[in-house]
Amino acid sequence: MQDSVKPSGKPNGITPSQTVGPFFKYGLTPTGDYAWNDAFTNSTLTPDVTGDRVRIEGRAFDGDGVVVPDAMLEIWQADAQGRYADPQDKRALPNASFRGFARCGTDKDGHYSFDTIKPGAVPDPDGKPQAPHIVLAVFARGMLRHLYTRIYFSDEAGNAADPVLGLVPADRRVTLIAVREAGKPVYRLDLRLQGDNETVFFDV
Amino acid sequence: MTFIYPVDSNKAHPLPLSPEYKSSIKRAPSKPLIPMRHTLSELTGPVYGHETVRDGDNDLTTQHKGEPLGERIIVHGHVRDEDGRGVPNSLVEIWQANACGRYVHVRDQHPAPLDPNFTGAGRTQSDASGYYRFVTIKPGAYPWGNHHNAWRPAHIHLSVFGHSFVTRLVTQMYFPGDPLFPFDPIFNSVPDEKARMRMVSSFDLENTKPEWALCYRFDIVLRGKNATPMENH
Repeated sequence: MQDSVKPSGKPNGITPSQTVGPFFKYGLTPTGDYAWNDAFTNSTLTPDVTGDRVRIEGRAFDGDGVVVPDAMLEIWQADAQGRYADPQDKRALPNASFRGFARCGTDKDGHYSFDTIKPGAVPDPDGKPQAPHIVLAVFARGMLRHLYTRIYFSDEAGNAADPVLGLVPADRRVTLIAVREAGKPVYRLDLRLQGDNETVFFDV
Repeated sequence: MTFIYPVDSNKAHPLPLSPEYKSSIKRAPSKPLIPMRHTLSELTGPVYGHETVRDGDNDLTTQHKGEPLGERIIVHGHVRDEDGRGVPNSLVEIWQANACGRYVHVRDQHPAPLDPNFTGAGRTQSDASGYYRFVTIKPGAYPWGNHHNAWRPAHIHLSVFGHSFVTRLVTQMYFPGDPLFPFDPIFNSVPDEKARMRMVSSFDLENTKPEWALCYRFDIVLRGKNATPMENH
């Protein structure tokens, strides 16, 4: 059948985005609640992963400060050497099974968490190092298109010179920086979709 | 080799704040998005599929002991970029209501039956030409609390990755000729009519299977013009 199916003519634009809706759990984040097999979990960790293992956790809130129990977060990150597990990247990864992608639904109290490793530095388009960061996409009921943001780490000196953080007004940078808990490899970052302390989102 | 993704392509998307869709009012950012150049973090992205897709995951009618109720349909098409290039090896995930318009979700309690033989999730991987195919059940319309007598047009949710993190797309496939289109604020959140109609599948008689299932064609178009050598890499 597949050989007989040809695409129609050249597209005249992209397919628009629509909300993930409130009922995506069975299809996208069934973990522990539904019988469907998981494509992804909230962990990027693989047996061969190298680097510092960390946990990132927080809660999501709407413009009224009410928790968002029906959001889905996805992260994409480099490994500890700053390399992406992308087929366009032909360099061999020392941790060959590390993919750098994870997905997490928020729970009834708006909580999310990711178990991962701290990424290495990735160059910007001019070749300058960016501070270690994780790309985060936020999906939810009420969000017609997902939003892009980044997670930085509070104990990284490189944050001060990071070219992307530098685009953000100084008083809003705090919304992108996960704060390390004393004595634990746990970083905390809350997401605020709207309002005074609104998370910085990027137009990409 | 990688791609440059023009930000202009994003004009096809809904505005974050679409007040007729009430859930957007408190969940849309109130401050402007900050433009940035794409770095490797945006230009790379996951190409997944073979390790998570099992045989039969693209047939939602055979996941249980019996046949689901409702109209069996084939949904197929190509994942392509704006220039018409097929996007191979892309994970396509779908989820949907059953023929009665009911989701398997603890918060969907509207008075329509669940179907023990249909749970409404599937996934597949596009082939070398970007082609994908599902067998499923035509979902029903269902009521929601957005406004008086609000009903969602029948739709299937789709999640697609593409070549990079900026091509990531979650959308909904609608069915041709649905009388609920003029009344649905989610469908109409896409301001441009031509763009909006790209979310409507077309009836495909040629690939309809006699005595078995109607077929709908839905091509998914992701960002991605201007193939260029990847610099600084």
